[in-house]
Amino acid sequence: MGIYELSLAIIVCINIVLALGLNLITGYCGQISLGHAAFFGIGAYTVGVLAKAGFPSAVCIFAAILMAGFIGIIVGTASLRVRDDFLAITTMGVGFLFLGIIRQQEGLLGGEMGLSGIPTIGFDKPGFLVIAFIAVILCSALSLYIKRSWMGFAFDAVATDEDTAKLLTVDVAAYKLTAFALGTAMAGLAGGLYCYFTRFIMPDDFGFLTSISVLSMVAVGGIGSVPGVIIGTALLTLLPEMSTFLSDYKLLFYGAMLFAVMRFAPEGIAGIGTRVVQIYGRRGDAK
Amino acid sequence: MLYLELLVQGLIYGCMYAIIAVGLTLVYGLLRILHVAHAGLFTLGAYLGLILTNATGSLFLAMVLSGTTVGLVGMAIYRFCYKPILHKPPYVALIASIGLFIAMEEIFRLLFGPYGLTYTKVPLQQTVHFFNMNLRAVDLVIVFGSISMLGVLSWLAQKTRLGIAWRATVDDPQMAESFGVSVQKVRYLNFFIGSALAAMAGIFVSLLSNMAEPTMGGVPSYKALAIIVLGGLGNVGGTLIASIILGIVEAFGTIYVGDFLDRDAIAFAFLIIILMLRPQGLFSRK
Repeated sequence: MGIYELSLAIIVCINIVLALGLNLITGYCGQISLGHAAFFGIGAYTVGVLAKAGFPSAVCIFAAILMAGFIGIIVGTASLRVRDDFLAITTMGVGFLFLGIIRQQEGLLGGEMGLSGIPTIGFDKPGFLVIAFIAVILCSALSLYIKRSWMGFAFDAVATDEDTAKLLTVDVAAYKLTAFALGTAMAGLAGGLYCYFTRFIMPDDFGFLTSISVLSMVAVGGIGSVPGVIIGTALLTLLPEMSTFLSDYKLLFYGAMLFAVMRFAPEGIAGIGTRVVQIYGRRGDAK
Repeated sequence: MLYLELLVQGLIYGCMYAIIAVGLTLVYGLLRILHVAHAGLFTLGAYLGLILTNATGSLFLAMVLSGTTVGLVGMAIYRFCYKPILHKPPYVALIASIGLFIAMEEIFRLLFGPYGLTYTKVPLQQTVHFFNMNLRAVDLVIVFGSISMLGVLSWLAQKTRLGIAWRATVDDPQMAESFGVSVQKVRYLNFFIGSALAAMAGIFVSLLSNMAEPTMGGVPSYKALAIIVLGGLGNVGGTLIASIILGIVEAFGTIYVGDFLDRDAIAFAFLIIILMLRPQGLFSRK
């Protein structure tokens, strides 16, 4: 693997961690978030500031996870007040609020010009890839574990019908906040890794378009499905890189793909997969 | 004096927000869809208006043609994009709409170039004295144009058969249909009017900044979403008041808290505070 392929692989890993976080919130627990990039940004800026202050990288990453998760819980309380479309708009607002604050903080956070000169994590590129890969494994394992646990069952209940879940004594508020805490913590981890990877971060890296890109990775892959999200993320990250045609028209491609998937296959790649399995399964029965 | 000028600035922006947001809230009231692609129509309207004004020399003609074309495009969007996914969960339409909007922005960039177009001769730049203030003619046109368009809309909704059918469909689609209202016709009309208004807003913005650029739809559109949420989703009167309030809050906010929040962040901070206090929006019918 050359440097270019290594960098691509690292970016794919970071995006998968980010997307798995959103999948926990939106896919498992049914709470739509259009501000996921803000938590990615919180993670990245936490690492940026702490690393420049001289803290060791493990401490920085850990702080990024805690910070994003903590602010995630605060933002998550919004989901206790507002639902569905209102929540989508509120989280979108949180994204813009985050950007607005970062842009005006020129002293600590570098404002419009961003933070540069962030120290290295202490590993070379292959070592970094191993770390990013471990992060992917951990987050996937956690996601799969939650899906099979009692908590996953409760998330499902909240996502399907909140009022009925409440009636059946599921503690809806606690589960929603847990989903937000875990999902945003993953975004914080992704942000921390991203900051160490690029060593230069700017407000625009964490704008509304990033939130939408992450959402499209989850939606294209199949909302709620861990393998689907991983495939969707890898696909949407790599396809624009593979051909120059697609990279020139990257956003057009994203937009059109997002629209086409929602219009023709709202269950995403995972849904198509399930359908194929069903068809073949039925054929098998017929024999 | 400063207060009055800020108030007038807020009013100008508020009127602009109002005609963008009305189309959006009409769509939400009827279909429960957050129609993000509305902002794409706003940009399309600005481009068409600017190109036609440069070609024909008449701003009025350009506004009429641009409004009609964009209205038809809005109807096509309903027919081909929203109609087939209406029965799906709400996030499906939302994400599809966002996708459509991103694709539209890119198409504008590819068609008209990334740097935006300008008027060869900018209309309505004369200075007008108004209560000791120097305003541009375009400012007055925006305020009075918006108010008269919304006035016509409200007359349509209150006094005509069409308007009654439209309000009935918003209130209870099934009941309206069983009384012989064609729900489909109402929806098409709704998209036509809403999109045409978005085109007008687009032209106004292009007049204010003498520019139509691919990304111009971004921020006003997200703000329009904030406004319709504030106005209590689907409530036209509430949306108008929320637009004006937001315009004024922004105008004052940029002066008093501009050091640590930029203009867009002020709008969304206001939105979040209001929603936490009143989750159903400022003005809700419930």
